[in-house]
Amino acid sequence: MAETVDQDIEKKESEPLLSKKNRKLLTDPLDDDNPITVQVLGICSALAITVQVQQAVIMALSVVFVMIGGNLLVSLMRNVIPNRIRIIVQLVIVAALVILVDQILKAFVYDISKALSVFVGLIISNCIIMGRLEAFALGNKPWPSFLDAIGNAAGYGWILIAVAVVRELFGSGSFSLPGLGQVTLIPEAFYNFGYMNNNMMILPPMALVTVGVIIWIQRARNTKLVEEN
Amino acid sequence: MQELVSIFVKAIFVENMIFAYFLGMCSYLAVSKTVKTGVGLGAAVIFVLGITVPINYLIENYLLAEGALTWIDPSFASVDLSFLSFIMFIAVIASMVQLVEMIVEKFAPALYGALGIFLPLIAVNCSILGGSLFMQERQYTNIVEATAFSLGSGVGWFLAIVAIAAIREKIRYSDVPAPLRGLGITFIITGLMGIAFMSFMGVEL
Repeated sequence: MAETVDQDIEKKESEPLLSKKNRKLLTDPLDDDNPITVQVLGICSALAITVQVQQAVIMALSVVFVMIGGNLLVSLMRNVIPNRIRIIVQLVIVAALVILVDQILKAFVYDISKALSVFVGLIISNCIIMGRLEAFALGNKPWPSFLDAIGNAAGYGWILIAVAVVRELFGSGSFSLPGLGQVTLIPEAFYNFGYMNNNMMILPPMALVTVGVIIWIQRARNTKLVEEN
Repeated sequence: MQELVSIFVKAIFVENMIFAYFLGMCSYLAVSKTVKTGVGLGAAVIFVLGITVPINYLIENYLLAEGALTWIDPSFASVDLSFLSFIMFIAVIASMVQLVEMIVEKFAPALYGALGIFLPLIAVNCSILGGSLFMQERQYTNIVEATAFSLGSGVGWFLAIVAIAAIREKIRYSDVPAPLRGLGITFIITGLMGIAFMSFMGVEL
């Protein structure tokens, strides 16, 4: 184990920290290889907790934390994990990190932790985390794994927040951020003229349609992602 | 008895794992290209949910919850291990999935080939862990109720994946706008199905 770490350091000196390849790890998941719209990972939480921006931001931050921790730890341990039991080892690492997040949320933002209910626990089985551990961290050095984790968590986070912004804006006419509380965006005058909040946007099915439309826009722009029927 | 039927039916329709909570969406989207694989995965989910939720119910109520350890010694009444529940639940699920994988590989190799990577991925199928977490949150009074809930959720998931797989088989013949093909249209159809399923929402059982 010590030897591989030494090799890591030597290699890093010959390769700049943010070489072209490493930059790609960071930027690819934002668009071309987005975990939600292209790799189809981590959909469950993306849909369920996007009623309010605030919840989405907290969720995205939790996933960033778990993802970076998980990717780094698994990448450091990749040479000592026996192949047959790797899923269980990964699950235990992720579960430990999620317990940490859950306890922190319960201690500092209890209301949001209640609103997220089971979905904090479900970060454990969020496919995006397991997917990246399996596909990347198990076969790569810690530094690229770290970048991959940040890239994918950011790609996941921005879709999550985008969906939440659309749903909250049209659903409740407001915008909520952690620490700021609810900020009403649609002016009172609109309501006086007969504007109504679309309560449908708050219902679960509209999250699916919103993500569907995001995928539509993305693929219309980026035609190499278009699938066969 | 009526209570149990009501929990079961409610878990299938009103609190459908896919349409109301979006649990297990990843494999739902990835394996729903044909009805056959959909049925296979759906059956595996019913099976795994039906086993893991009762086991986790016992673990929760006899080991983890506050005061659950009193059956060993009354002095343990104040011990609360519920922060360990995530790790215990996922360990039970992962080992059960391994078991199911071995059974399917032995007795139904064709199905094993068809399900491919998605069988091990049931371990990280959110609907399985979600079933256990909902069981914990809703505090069912006994193990029979928890089992009814888990089977109902499984059947609900099964119905959802078979329905979408059937629609996707047909949609191959329609002219969908190019950027919407595949994933996009599946999302939107699922949304429409979700709206249809919401009509069950007011049902009192």
